[in-house]
Amino acid sequence: MMRGLFQLTWLEIKIFLREPLGAIGTLLVPVAVFLVIGRAMNRGSGVRTPGGLEFLQSGLPVMASVFMAISAVISLITIISIYREGGILKRLRATPLRPQTILSAHVLVKLLFTALSVTLMMLAGRRYYPIGLQGPAIGFAIALLASTLAILSIGFVVASVVPTARFAQPVGALLFYPMLALSGLFVPVDALPAGLQIVAKLLPMTYVVSLLQGIWVGHSWFAHLGDVAALAISGAVFVALSARVFRWE
Amino acid sequence: MPHPVITVAGVRKTYKQTVAVDDVSFEVRDGEIFGLIGPNGAGKTTTMECVEGIRKPDRGSISVLGLDPFRDVYQLQDRIGVQLQQAHLQKRIKVWEAMHLWASLYKKPVSHGERLLEQLGLSEKRNSWFMTLSGGQQQRLFIALALINDPEVVFLDELTTGLDPQARRAIWELVRGIRARGKTVFMTTHLMEEAERLCDRVAIIEHGRIIDIDSPQRLVDRHCPDRTVVIGTEDPTAEERFQSIPHAVDVRRDGPQFTIHGRGDGFITEVIQCLAEHRVRVSSFRAEQPSLEDVFLKLTGHSIRD
Repeated sequence: MMRGLFQLTWLEIKIFLREPLGAIGTLLVPVAVFLVIGRAMNRGSGVRTPGGLEFLQSGLPVMASVFMAISAVISLITIISIYREGGILKRLRATPLRPQTILSAHVLVKLLFTALSVTLMMLAGRRYYPIGLQGPAIGFAIALLASTLAILSIGFVVASVVPTARFAQPVGALLFYPMLALSGLFVPVDALPAGLQIVAKLLPMTYVVSLLQGIWVGHSWFAHLGDVAALAISGAVFVALSARVFRWE
Repeated sequence: MPHPVITVAGVRKTYKQTVAVDDVSFEVRDGEIFGLIGPNGAGKTTTMECVEGIRKPDRGSISVLGLDPFRDVYQLQDRIGVQLQQAHLQKRIKVWEAMHLWASLYKKPVSHGERLLEQLGLSEKRNSWFMTLSGGQQQRLFIALALINDPEVVFLDELTTGLDPQARRAIWELVRGIRARGKTVFMTTHLMEEAERLCDRVAIIEHGRIIDIDSPQRLVDRHCPDRTVVIGTEDPTAEERFQSIPHAVDVRRDGPQFTIHGRGDGFITEVIQCLAEHRVRVSSFRAEQPSLEDVFLKLTGHSIRD
């Protein structure tokens, strides 16, 4: 069923590392940005205001994670569109390889690199931030995995149809960043105008942010069952949709 | 007669308003090299991709090795090898990595990857990225990938496009080798010379329809029975003698050179007999045989290159 998955995944990891800036862009830049922001927040205020501290301890990790998940998904969309545009998907089609194997391999590659950079950030945070980062690492990792998969499912739909790589980045950005603006990451959903609140409640990203923020500050999973259910449902819908609309060329 | 491994009956495929392939029917027999020939845009690739199972015909039926190529596509892919026109791989995949990946996709264990690379002159390139290969090297890699699972049927779509004559000949030899191992080859080409030298039978396709199917020789005999003999001679009686050849249609003279058009199998023999009988001294003799190119021109009213 998934014959070739291991070989393809391993191959895609190697190919990804051969890209100019592949490893640096994915692993080092986010960590560097994270450290710079952290330092600035720490120093800029002079005194550690309670707000600044709170942001460092809960806001920043969640924000960084969400951005990384989104950039992983956008890069997945881009890769699939490059494969489609270049005829690589078509070539792979004329083998016993199945589309779900191809997508799964890319998802595994993305998850691996996202996990690596999150881990690096955590380690960097522990080492370089005076206050340190405290959070339930394992619980948060699971929540982040669930969130990334939920965002990926939306990405699949885009990846299944975007004809060229030139469209992939802007379409991904146009889709995810407005969602993010309403998700409660920057402004609490309750503080939005009534109309936008309704829109926000319909977007999977809102549940991603709610889940990640909750788990990070130590809420129980039980308190976030609603978020998990919303992500599961939207994930199933989008995966099914992408399977229907998937285009090889 | 060997049983057919591919049967195509009444296949039609349209893209929006354009009819790409219309009512196409043919058979490919076990162990032969079958060519679909015609100009670019005639429907060759569409037909082949329907047979490979990567496109679904709007109408008609196709059977390959007893399978429905669209419904049983994964089962079929396991037993066939495909080389697509205008395909690409990941820019930074190495030659050996592509071979290794492909080898892992098939049920059958594969062990002759290195030998294939050697046969195709790619051994020195095994550690090169796909993007650094020349057009011909990429093409040869795709042929290697098409052969990696030792397929029962091999599909080759415009296999020598972009290759220099030397590489082309090497590929032809390789395709003959595939047939020699008992495999069936289904290929397309717009190069008539390629079809003539390689194919046991060809189907001529134009505007999505098949015009005729047969061996290249029989197509030539059927549609272009005309033969031409060009003779150089100083003999003053020659012109008169040539005109008396039974199947000569037309004799033209250009200084010491005569061009004689005639018809039928016996015509060239008649010319030789005439020369011998009248002891005509000749300085040169050339018999011209029409080619598939001429057949195509005759059947469609235009050259395949137009």
